[in-house]
Amino acid sequence: MDKFTTLTAVAAPMPMVNVDTDMIIPARFLKTIKRTGLGKSLFYTLRFDADGNERPDFVLNKPAYRKAEVLIAGNNFGCGSSREHAPWALQDFGIRCVIAPDFADIFYNNSFKNGILLIKLPEEQVAKLNEAAERGANATITVDLEAQEITSPDGEVIKFEVDAFKKHCLLNGLDDIGLTMQKDDKITAHEEKLKATQPWL
Amino acid sequence: MSAPKTLFDKIWEAHVVDEDDDGTCVIFIDRHLVHEVTSPQAFDGLRDNGRKVRRPDLTLAVADHNVPTSDRSQGIEDDESRIQVETLDANCAEFGLQLFGMGDIRQGICHVIGPEQGFTLPGTTLVCGDSHTATHGAFGSLAFGIGTSEVEHVLATQTMIQKKGKNMRVTVDGELPPGCTAKDMILAIIGKIGTAGGTGCVIEFAGEAVRNLSMEGRMTMCNMTIEGGARAGLIAPDEKTFQYLMGKPMAPKAGAWEQAVAYWKTLVSDEGAHYDIEVTLDAADIVPQVTWGTSPEDTVPITASVPDPATESDPNRRAKMERSLEYMDLKAGTPMQEIKIDRMFIGSCTNSRIEDLRAAAEVAKGRKVADTVDAMVVPGSGLVKEQAEAEGLDKIFIEAGFDWREPGCSMCLAMNADKLVPGERCASTSNRNFEGRQGPGGRTHLVSPAMAAAAAIAGHLIDVRDLADLANSD
Repeated sequence: MDKFTTLTAVAAPMPMVNVDTDMIIPARFLKTIKRTGLGKSLFYTLRFDADGNERPDFVLNKPAYRKAEVLIAGNNFGCGSSREHAPWALQDFGIRCVIAPDFADIFYNNSFKNGILLIKLPEEQVAKLNEAAERGANATITVDLEAQEITSPDGEVIKFEVDAFKKHCLLNGLDDIGLTMQKDDKITAHEEKLKATQPWL
Repeated sequence: MSAPKTLFDKIWEAHVVDEDDDGTCVIFIDRHLVHEVTSPQAFDGLRDNGRKVRRPDLTLAVADHNVPTSDRSQGIEDDESRIQVETLDANCAEFGLQLFGMGDIRQGICHVIGPEQGFTLPGTTLVCGDSHTATHGAFGSLAFGIGTSEVEHVLATQTMIQKKGKNMRVTVDGELPPGCTAKDMILAIIGKIGTAGGTGCVIEFAGEAVRNLSMEGRMTMCNMTIEGGARAGLIAPDEKTFQYLMGKPMAPKAGAWEQAVAYWKTLVSDEGAHYDIEVTLDAADIVPQVTWGTSPEDTVPITASVPDPATESDPNRRAKMERSLEYMDLKAGTPMQEIKIDRMFIGSCTNSRIEDLRAAAEVAKGRKVADTVDAMVVPGSGLVKEQAEAEGLDKIFIEAGFDWREPGCSMCLAMNADKLVPGERCASTSNRNFEGRQGPGGRTHLVSPAMAAAAAIAGHLIDVRDLADLANSD
């Protein structure tokens, strides 16, 4: 997994609420057996018309935001399916951080496992960042995961909360399977206990 | 004496393998369902790191999302779909996992076959790389939908890493009125709490109306818990649960059965247990529900009209409503029952079980699908199909002009050949009305199986309780 330490990048405003995983990547693009190359399908229906031409109004198609690495999103971003293709598509496109009032649970977990930092902030703060992001390519923001700080385009410093374990994995690019495998003794002990107490399992 | 516990507390505590100071837990997973869409990259990850599947005996695989629901004798025409299904076959062979292949009578939607086989059991933790895994909560199984990285984690370690969620209880008191089903109940609940109402929570469904539901109805309710944003749904197991499971191929056998039931009977929330959030509904207030927009929270009673965005004070929500109405090509104030449909879909992990098909067949019997509507019925599994055919339901559907098909996920998410064309409008028993969910540009109205069948016959959305007014062809 890619590490996430600090990021200074253009932020794209996308205040729509309930952006679901079908919007992030429609099901017809899930037929791949790889996790790479999904960026071209990110937000497919929002980005492209029925003939495959770019919709000029969509934020990531505007010149100022084509290289955005941060999304300032609406509430409940990532609701719906468990498809990890959603964070794979975001990451492949170049989005490394999404800031929103709240995220759907499964999408939240999936993103952290792919080097994408999701930040939950109160609605008013997200609204302010969204306004700042509206100003275009000059509106770069800086995200410092170690310090748990965002520096807005206006220079305002905003603190954010993040789960300690997820932060640790993200900062160090850690594979959590390896970490869990170190607890093999405890897993085996649990399995032994189950054999005795719930043999039907 | 220890503090009173909820059902979720009890199952969670019984599965904690390890807990960090910050509350991050390693949770043992008793059951893992695997399908073709969210697993290939997980198996690649195992191979890349030289890892094995820790407990093949706790893992069951099936192809469901991509499979054709028409004649399967020629295999899968679409290259990508075929490769995904073949990759699952190859991975199961390589890692020694049990697989219900496309030609197996037991093949079907993973959330239908788990319970059907007795793979799903009370008090277990169950995961699957699919958000509708919540379905299995109907049995008092703590069931989470997970992403592919977590699928890989479970395959390698038989555990997952999670912090404990909050306890939420939704109680539906009283009796459901005639014409209303579990689907109407869960749509009404999502309409009330919103699509993020359960974020961070495990929802326990309780109350007389929930207890009165069949196992099929309970599965429909728990299935859509994710549409309310919750991590899982739970219903305490009872005699109905035990009756359903008794004799199922993978359920405990005699001897172990009695021991298992004795344990399962302890799986109820204690009197006075604490819930972080409580929501109560009166079943008597529920009428058949239908969605008007592009989120499952966009529900109204079938007797209502399309809502007006002007009444929404929050600007972001108003913008979403306006976008939904434009996408759905609907005008505020239009009575829901005047909305004409082009397609009807009965199926999906929400509503493709025998009881769903019986309810739809009861409506279809002796009537005809409107000339303007194309209606398809997709059973949830080969065994559901067999049962329905034994009961003659297939004949009722076919005589009424419904298309009777092979099992799979089908037009719930349009990964196989079953999809809406742009602009088509569908009454659907599935779980999501997202933009493009049933095909790019397609428009979905979520309803119960009886409501779907009634809409197919009427040619427009209709209150199933007014069915007597529909002309019988007899």
